[in-house]
Amino acid sequence: MIEVTGLTKRFGSKVAVDDLSFSVKKGEVLGFLGPNGAGKSTTMRMVTGFLPVTSGEITICDLSVITNPEAAKKKIGYLPESAPLYNDMTVQGFLKFCASMRSLGGAARQTAVDHAIETCFLENVARQSIGTLSKGYRHRTCLAQALLHDPEVLVLDEPTDGLDPNQKLEVRKLIKNLGKEKAILFSTHILEEVTAACTRAVIVDQGTIVADGTPEKLAAEGGGSLYDLFHKVTTSETNAA
Amino acid sequence: MNTWTIFKRELTSYFTQPTAYAIVVIFGFLSTLLAFTIGNFWQIDDASLYGSFFPYHSLLMMILVPAVSMRQWSDEHSSGTIELLGTWPINIRSAILGKYFASAVVWALALLLTCPIVFAVNWLGDPDNWTIFSGYLGSFLVCCTFIAITTLVSAFTRDQVVALIVSVAICCVLTIVGLEQVINEVRRTGPDAKHAVDVMTQLGVFSHLREASMGLIRFTSLFYFLGLITTCLIGTNLVLKSQRS
Ligand SMILES: Nc1ncnc2c1ncn2[C@@H]1O[C@H](COP(=O)(O)OP(=O)(O)OP(=O)(O)O)[C@@H](O)[C@H]1O
Ligand SMILES: [Mg+2]
Repeated sequence: MIEVTGLTKRFGSKVAVDDLSFSVKKGEVLGFLGPNGAGKSTTMRMVTGFLPVTSGEITICDLSVITNPEAAKKKIGYLPESAPLYNDMTVQGFLKFCASMRSLGGAARQTAVDHAIETCFLENVARQSIGTLSKGYRHRTCLAQALLHDPEVLVLDEPTDGLDPNQKLEVRKLIKNLGKEKAILFSTHILEEVTAACTRAVIVDQGTIVADGTPEKLAAEGGGSLYDLFHKVTTSETNAA
Repeated sequence: MNTWTIFKRELTSYFTQPTAYAIVVIFGFLSTLLAFTIGNFWQIDDASLYGSFFPYHSLLMMILVPAVSMRQWSDEHSSGTIELLGTWPINIRSAILGKYFASAVVWALALLLTCPIVFAVNWLGDPDNWTIFSGYLGSFLVCCTFIAITTLVSAFTRDQVVALIVSVAICCVLTIVGLEQVINEVRRTGPDAKHAVDVMTQLGVFSHLREASMGLIRFTSLFYFLGLITTCLIGTNLVLKSQRS
């Protein structure tokens, strides 16, 4: 349901994403791995229609993000990397606002908000002001925002960042469950997460894909461990410098 | 529809934070204070408020309007929420308009709550209330213009302070250029200055505001204000779009 072909992004003379192609089908969870600055977030920002592409094509459920952004964006739930929120709102107020922006109204909106609050374990803070939330709760609120309209495609940029171990486990379970009938693209720095939640993983380095396959296949390539493969195929800062 | 949702959110945020209350109180207090001090409210026997009250609005607004609106877009940039707006199935235009109207409503309220001075002049004398209404309208248009300028400036930067300083500077120039004292100085430089004088009078907000407060809203004034507002808002749209590439 996510089709990316020949995706390239340049910032000035700097190439952040270089001729990237991949696809995520319904029922697949694609893990996006790579060192800092590899271009993971940039790719996701283009897939969600936030950043314009330099060249390449992206389609979501056969809708082009480039020529038909509004229709394509309806299909996507997106958790940005920094989990941005409006600090002056309450959790509930914010989710209601987000639901309205997704054209949900009335009873449907209330159901969607209640369901998202339940899924992301936000009952305790539903009436709290977002400005006073802890980091993990902020992250979960933003995740709830991405799930509100029950999208067919989920793009999650480091969804478990800042969560406590229990919550990490819960979110992994959630991703795995949702992945059964959605297409999910998520990035992470935690390699265990790949084995736990992904049906497939790609490793990106300097804007290009350097490894692609099921977690088992990748582990086998690395001689039994994903860590070794990751270390082998990515240029660490010390090598690059 | 989306404009309305964003408008409601922005307006609520003005009132859940102290911003709106602060501006209503401070503007009401300062505009009245200026009218009774340097406005010579008592001496010039000014029942229609045109000499003592309205001219000083632009002086206050050139500082207060950017202070209220500086976070309009710079906040979206610095908190990253622009990434939410940019990935929802909405047109960024509706966000620009929603935010703009919310600011305008806060200012309409601030102007409305200076009404005690209108009651006062009605009690003291027999003013033409249509003239006063026209003065308020002119004042509101000045204010809307300054909001639009601040909107545009705040779209450029993630730093609220920079947005504040730059938009105050622009609003200051638009105000000062049309002040009588400045115009008179330029006029004194000789007969050749006539064109400069004309341009400055039309360019500054002051002459438009003064005419409005005398009960005269010309087509050129409307064109001036609405033109500036539209240009700034369209500019905002272009800036927000180009920034991401
Ligand atoms: N707006 C921008 N202007 C210039 N360069 C940018 C911009 N956004 C990202 N980059 C550059 O693009 C490259 C890829 O950044 P990106 O945020 O996609 O990395 P990432 O893979 O998400 O890293 P991390 O694991 O740290 O989140 C980086 O070198 C970054 O400096
Ligand atoms: Mg990133």
